[in-house]
Amino acid sequence: MTAYVIRQVALLGDDIVDIAIAEGVISAIGTGLAADGAHEIAALGLLALPGLVDLHTHVREPGREDAETVLTGSQAAARGGFTCVHAMANTDPVADTAGVVEQVFRLGREAGYCDVQPVGAVTVGLAGERLAELGAMADSAAGVRVFSDDGKCVWDAVLMRRALEYVKAFDGVIAQHAQEPRLTEGAQMNEGVLSGELGLTGWPAVAEEAIVARDALLAAHVGSRLHVCHVSTRGSVELVRWAKGNGWNVTAEVTPHHLLLTDELVRSYDPIFKVNPPLRSPDDVAALREALADGTIDVVATDHAPHPMEDKECEWSAAAFGMLGLETALSVVQQTMVDAGLLSWAQVAERMSTKPAQIGRVAGHGRPLAVGEPANIVLYDPSTTRVIDARDTASLSRNTPYRGMELPGSVVATFLRGTATVLDGQLVEDPR
Amino acid sequence: MKHLLSAGDLSREEAVQILDTAEELLSVASRPIKKLPTLRGRTVVNLFFEDSTRTRISFEAAAKRLSADVINFSAKGSSVSKGESLKDTALTLQAMGADAVIVRHHHSGAPHRLAHAQWTKGAVINAGDGTHEHPTQALLDAFTMRRHLGELEGRNVTIVGDVLHSRVARSNALLLHTLGANVTLVAPPTLLPVGVEHWPVETSYNLDTSVEKADVVMMLRVQRERMNASFFPSAREYSRRYGLDTARMNRLPDHAIVMHPGPMNRGMEITADVADHDRSVIVEQVTNGVAVRMAVLYLLLGGAAENDTDTTTEGEA
Repeated sequence: MTAYVIRQVALLGDDIVDIAIAEGVISAIGTGLAADGAHEIAALGLLALPGLVDLHTHVREPGREDAETVLTGSQAAARGGFTCVHAMANTDPVADTAGVVEQVFRLGREAGYCDVQPVGAVTVGLAGERLAELGAMADSAAGVRVFSDDGKCVWDAVLMRRALEYVKAFDGVIAQHAQEPRLTEGAQMNEGVLSGELGLTGWPAVAEEAIVARDALLAAHVGSRLHVCHVSTRGSVELVRWAKGNGWNVTAEVTPHHLLLTDELVRSYDPIFKVNPPLRSPDDVAALREALADGTIDVVATDHAPHPMEDKECEWSAAAFGMLGLETALSVVQQTMVDAGLLSWAQVAERMSTKPAQIGRVAGHGRPLAVGEPANIVLYDPSTTRVIDARDTASLSRNTPYRGMELPGSVVATFLRGTATVLDGQLVEDPR
Repeated sequence: MKHLLSAGDLSREEAVQILDTAEELLSVASRPIKKLPTLRGRTVVNLFFEDSTRTRISFEAAAKRLSADVINFSAKGSSVSKGESLKDTALTLQAMGADAVIVRHHHSGAPHRLAHAQWTKGAVINAGDGTHEHPTQALLDAFTMRRHLGELEGRNVTIVGDVLHSRVARSNALLLHTLGANVTLVAPPTLLPVGVEHWPVETSYNLDTSVEKADVVMMLRVQRERMNASFFPSAREYSRRYGLDTARMNRLPDHAIVMHPGPMNRGMEITADVADHDRSVIVEQVTNGVAVRMAVLYLLLGGAAENDTDTTTEGEA
């Protein structure tokens, strides 16, 4: 196993140190560390963060290997600085049995670019009718702790209550896609002035907020853990703040695209901007940034959602919901939060590594950069800028909403337990 | 002006130019030979993803009276029904050398995609897209109003019915505002879009108070199936509160006209007596549709080539 010494890197964007990596762990942190035959990386001007952890990734395998596979998804993750991603359950077949989650888990390990931690479905087939075998998935080799019907809402209040109660037995969490289905039938975009003007069916904020409020109350009532996926409105932020203020165990995530993009982009009718929940108003974006800064929203999660070109090169209403996110997440967070003075890099590490690992209960990730800890590290250059090219991706899909936009920063290297998955900004071949 | 996608894209000058041109072209319809050579050799495609016999025929007649070659491409029975994408359809039309594509589509924004995704180089004319817009309908409506009322500046136009799902209402609100008219939208609150307070219109929930000052009342088609989605309790209740019957019509000012973009639900939003009354200009709207669409085609295709639309119109018409 190659040993590394990373020279003169800014630890969490702060102190300039050398970091030595050997046998999968951080073996030393200091200045002027001896090389001892290790591969040296000149890192002056770069910053070191703990390997990023995504609570919300769609890898599409099994079922839609034309859009993404566990391999390509985890390569995209590594290029984005992630060492662990949570693979959502809405595959085909649905990840609602121990067999499917173990397969996804194993494919991730075999690929070796990042740990792929499967999310189990809450209900069989995501149908919202009866609970999937949550315990079997928890006890499987994949050790599932996060359960979600993401893409669909667990709208039945009794079923949601039971799920929240049941996962207490193994310290699980229900990650809810908050979308009241009747209020969003046929919904295409944020409901507001623009949806009326464009003649597209609106997706009202209340459809998200009503579920967030209900689920926070349910989680409090049964004393369980709720995680709210992709919070997108000011009202949801206020509800999460209220729940936290009551001491309830509610966490929340925001996507990079909801931090940066607004519904005004829908005016183009270009489905590259079609996503669920939809892009919202500038006021919602401002509320989400504030909430991520003050900790009301705990984490950034990508909702990386690959789709083949033909599902985006069509009429808006016929197009698929979703956008890529893994390879641009850190850059978007830098632009919207760090460069805007809302977060320090240490706080970015907390929101993109430490806390998501805690919520997902993944051991060995989100750990501090300290001697003896697993060497899950990303080296990032915040001084560069790049114009996003949709073809320059490890993903099999091209549906990035940022194409043509200039974003700051670039991932220079990613280490997964001491093994480089990305070096000099390039994927390492066969990193195992 | 390369495309006609939204009535809101038209400046007042452009809108007036279209209406004035249509006025000239209307006279063609009364000639024994109803044909001008203006678009000879140009290819116009009627690309209809949604059934609409009257709009398609209107555009077809307009293009043919300008001597264009017309290709009718309807989704049913074509490769579209076999799953061909909008993109591939557009590329095919481009390969055939379409100079203009007139598109009717059930998805809002489809004409906008055609015009801006660079799949086709021709002019794109929106012939109605989803619940978004129908700009040539608004133009023919304005044309019809102008023939009866003169200039529209300061005139009161009341549009009644399912504004939420109506592309006709959207295009009319935008165009009539551009032309200086005062637009009032009348509907039950469930059938007004969120954000309508930001539109350049007034709104009302009460038809009775709105008819008395109206120069024009335009009734929108209300589909009975909206009832099943709880937009209103019953067809009867809708008719009582928002339908135009003889009693309400009699409270209109004497000069006021009654319009409907068709197809009508007689007995629902409009009674048969009103639809067939002298004040109703519904049939005339259809006639005017051909002239207005001729003007749009002429200005997008013919006018562009000759770079001088005002004088040539008179010369040729």
